Amino acid sequence: MSHISPVLWQFLVKWLTNFALFPPEASKIAPQMDELYFFMVLVSLVGLTLVILLVLSFSILYSRKRHPVAVQIEGSTLLEATWTIIPLGLFLIMFVWGALLYFRIYTPPANAMNIYIVGKQWMWKAEHPGGQHEINSLHVPMGEPIQLTIISQDVFHSFSIPAFRVKREAIPGRYTSVWFEATTPGTYHLFCTQYCGTEHSHMIGDVVVLSRDDFKKWLQGSTSGASLAQNGERLFASLSCTACHNTRPDARGPSLANVYGSRLTLSSGQQITADDAYLREAILNPSQHITQGYAPIMPTYQGQISEEGVIALVEYIKNLDSDYRVQQTTASTTLPVENEGKSTATTPGTVKP
Amino acid sequence: MSDSTAVAHGAAESAHHEHPPYQRHHFETVAQQFDATNFAMWLFLLTEVMFFGGLFTAYLIMRNWYYPAFVEGSHQLNVGWGTANTGVLILSSFTMAMGVWSAEVRRKGLLVLFLCITWILGMAFLGIKSIEYTEKWEKHHVPGIHWSESSFLNPRSDPEVYKEYHDKPLAPDMADKTEMYFFLYFAMTGMHALHMIVGISILTFMIIRAQAGAYTTGHVTYVENFGLYWHFVDIIWIFLFPLLYLISRY
Amino acid sequence: MSDAVTIVNLPDQSTARIPKMNYLSKENGLLSWLLTGDHKRIATLYLISITFFFFIGGALAGLIRLELLTPQSDLVATDTYNKLFSMHGIIMVFFFLVPSVPATIGNFVIPMMVGARDLALPKVNLLSWYLYIVAGGMMIYTMAAGGVDTGWTFTTPLSTHYVNTHVITTGLAVFVAGFSSIFTGLNFIVTIHKMRAPGMTWFRLPLFVWSHYAASILMVLGTPVLAITLVLIVLERTIGIGVFDPAKGGDPLLFQHLFWFYSHPAVYIMILPGMGVISEVVSTFSRKRVFGYTAVAFSSVAIAVFGFFVWAHHMFIMGISNYAALIFSLLTMLVAVPSAIKIFNWAFTLYKGSITFETPMLYAFGFMGLFTIGGMTGVFLGATGTDIHLTETYFIVAHFHFVMVGGMLMAFLSGIHFWWPKWTGRMYPEKISQLAAVVTFIGFNLTFFPQFILGTLGMPRRYASYPPEFQILNVFSTAGASVLGVGYLLPVLYLTWSLKYGAIAGNNPWQATGLEWQVQSPPLTENFPEIPIVDHEAYDYEWLERQREKEVASVG
Repeated sequence: MSHISPVLWQFLVKWLTNFALFPPEASKIAPQMDELYFFMVLVSLVGLTLVILLVLSFSILYSRKRHPVAVQIEGSTLLEATWTIIPLGLFLIMFVWGALLYFRIYTPPANAMNIYIVGKQWMWKAEHPGGQHEINSLHVPMGEPIQLTIISQDVFHSFSIPAFRVKREAIPGRYTSVWFEATTPGTYHLFCTQYCGTEHSHMIGDVVVLSRDDFKKWLQGSTSGASLAQNGERLFASLSCTACHNTRPDARGPSLANVYGSRLTLSSGQQITADDAYLREAILNPSQHITQGYAPIMPTYQGQISEEGVIALVEYIKNLDSDYRVQQTTASTTLPVENEGKSTATTPGTVKP
Repeated sequence: MSDSTAVAHGAAESAHHEHPPYQRHHFETVAQQFDATNFAMWLFLLTEVMFFGGLFTAYLIMRNWYYPAFVEGSHQLNVGWGTANTGVLILSSFTMAMGVWSAEVRRKGLLVLFLCITWILGMAFLGIKSIEYTEKWEKHHVPGIHWSESSFLNPRSDPEVYKEYHDKPLAPDMADKTEMYFFLYFAMTGMHALHMIVGISILTFMIIRAQAGAYTTGHVTYVENFGLYWHFVDIIWIFLFPLLYLISRY
Repeated sequence: MSDAVTIVNLPDQSTARIPKMNYLSKENGLLSWLLTGDHKRIATLYLISITFFFFIGGALAGLIRLELLTPQSDLVATDTYNKLFSMHGIIMVFFFLVPSVPATIGNFVIPMMVGARDLALPKVNLLSWYLYIVAGGMMIYTMAAGGVDTGWTFTTPLSTHYVNTHVITTGLAVFVAGFSSIFTGLNFIVTIHKMRAPGMTWFRLPLFVWSHYAASILMVLGTPVLAITLVLIVLERTIGIGVFDPAKGGDPLLFQHLFWFYSHPAVYIMILPGMGVISEVVSTFSRKRVFGYTAVAFSSVAIAVFGFFVWAHHMFIMGISNYAALIFSLLTMLVAVPSAIKIFNWAFTLYKGSITFETPMLYAFGFMGLFTIGGMTGVFLGATGTDIHLTETYFIVAHFHFVMVGGMLMAFLSGIHFWWPKWTGRMYPEKISQLAAVVTFIGFNLTFFPQFILGTLGMPRRYASYPPEFQILNVFSTAGASVLGVGYLLPVLYLTWSLKYGAIAGNNPWQATGLEWQVQSPPLTENFPEIPIVDHEAYDYEWLERQREKEVASVG
């Protein structure tokens, strides 16, 4: 065959080897979504077949040749009810099923390992809590729930892993999150699916699913020194957060130990849970997120810190369970009394692991 | 064709030769013409509601998020001028309504008088608005182009406003958001002023036509429909005034 | 398809003439066209204009598909590709689909269908066309000056702060086009309310009028929100304000809500008039009243009303709360039902009818099949769980092309062919038009069906280059596009030909009910010699029979 037309043969080979109707199912949720998808395909096929059958058979049975005189029929309430209720019923099944899937995908389990994703024109940056950074790739272990906390540094992007059936918009100014549990080792596509400018089609990468051991090896092999939390601690000190956020009796700000996940009462009286979004907002727009009992004197860090910096700080605060190291820091430095947040006091030696 | 059309034919023929000169040919009667154009104006005003609605939505969300900034921003507006403008517009709606009545009772002189007073009041509104806008420019409160936040970071630097409100200084990130307030202020009042300008332009044209007697021979449609438009622009202001000027006064 | 049996009833061609006095011959000269108030002339002006923009949009589509033949960006630079798909979308949506049926066929036929001499506001109608032309001119300027690459969705902050293409002129062009649409809708609503002939009650109106009424409500209430959103974008670009910029305290999601609040009803603005055409065509070519008239009429209004409450189904993955997503998904399922009702009603109109297969009917059949697929795939997207995987991929592209091109464009062509004899007084050539319909159908399926598979596989939309394993399906799609192009070119050619050489049509070549078919072709400027008094229901073929008997009796 190939000697008849090499081009055609190549085409056929390419087609047959690449022929796929749906992407690989590489996460726990993928087969569940495919189930719903195939149910929908089935219903659509049945519906389409029904419509085509009706139209075809009526066209043949009642063509002018066979049926020269039309019979004027007003309608039929029974039929109207039937084809209102049955489609509605089917659509509602799809609605409920889809809603269950949706909630499942967008409600990360509490024990999920969190990886931060920052999208910017035109690359994806993944930040592992251990300090590993990746660009346009994401290494994850299989068999463990992984949560992605996603944000954009500039415009809307969308983080999509078709093989896992997950996708989430990367929005400038707020965190979004999605989770998955990878089931099959391999390399899968990572796409940006929200048009974001010139190089939108090149904002693609690979998701590499490794076995737990391989992942551990990878983590050790690609660490860049400090973990995210350690970087956060360094930033916390260099931005002089320690000036107010300590446990000294005259502290101007609340201690941040164990604040993550706790219920806070704000100065407006509103009660909120201190999650990632709150922490981020409190750094960038502090005046609306002041804890009750404290003066609204926290300066804003908008424009002074990148999203990665915010992520490092958030990760630091998340893991903060005592004020010990902050005490160490403040005890060994002198700070100006009327601090305007521009103090450059840094303490070498407190950020070593 | 059939007998029923013959009936219509007879009716149409007599109507055809009798219609007043201002009845357009596609209408069967003057009443239909009035009815249709009136309905059309109401529909158009509905589209205007949706149009302003987008701005109001943005305003409501931003005010909810940045309330302190909006409060202090609104303190920079002169409630006196705002009230004056409200009074001017309400009065102009009254004179416009009187104009419509004059057209209906076919009193040309009165009609022209009321339309002129409405015109003057409309110009007065724009005049007061330009005084306010100039003041905003001088105080560097025009977002994007001529902007400074110092009045909000340090309210004492603006003694007039401080005397009245004793504002606390805003935190820098909240002071940033006052620019948002002023953007919405200019966008909403600017869009409103644009509609006023369009209205006054049409009013100018109408005064000339009214003087020529066009609206006092039974053809009140134009005046009445324009009246609707004028009242609508007035009502938009009635919503804008408390939302922008009276945020912390209740 | 039977070839000999047809319901076409033409006058004796050896003696037939185009009526001397008609809306085309009434006055001559450019000014008589440019200053006309006659809805039929304005409809003709619109027809020429939107055909022009359709081919520009189509050329852009051709370039897109050519680029996508290969996985790399080798035909055009990525920036250029981004401009191609952006302008294709903007032109097709705002300059073709939105005005397609309403401004052409609707303008032409609605006054006659309700028994009036013109629309309620002829000057506003003309203004509407001028606004369209101004907007079109601005759009052409934009293209000549370098184009815009924000996508037709103008997503912020990309469009406000991150591109340096002609966003402002495009935004203003769409703003002006929006007002063209608003005025058309306004005119229709007033006409349908206030200008119906004596005896023409709401439930005697043809379903074409009902669907345009519903679409007009959407035009009038939804388009102003788009207008103000575009104003805000222009302001943000010029003076740098951050209503949509998070760095300045604004909210990019606010833009999404405002934009989709119009743009979702917009898709119903685009499809409802097409559905009206299908009602007329299916009825005429089955010689039967539409099955379930009341259901079809109310389903149009239901689509219009529900259509306002589902906009956030375009935002399921954009960080709206899970509960909001739930509500919008439920409402989306509800809005899908009236469309299903219509399809079944049309199918059952065929039952015990007397069916022939002239070109309008072929396009109508194409519509029914392709819109069913497009509509069902909408349900795939309305269910939140599957939407996560399918959104922002080629599945969406396939879905909306199925409903808009396989649905709306087919309905538009069906309507053009159906009312062509009334419009011009001449018939189009039947054989070649049937061929064109079949070619279009085949080309369409070949172009867009592979895109469903591409989407499921994960290929994102708006990609100039893609992973090589997606190439085969893209090649199929491009092949189909070339066939489709032929299918769309043919009507332009033979319809133009028919203006001079087509058979003389006479008043009612389709033997249709409907007031427009009871007057001459082309109609008089004032439509009716005298306003009819309506004493029969819509699609009353028995009344038509009685008319014909009377005519025969009185003439013979």
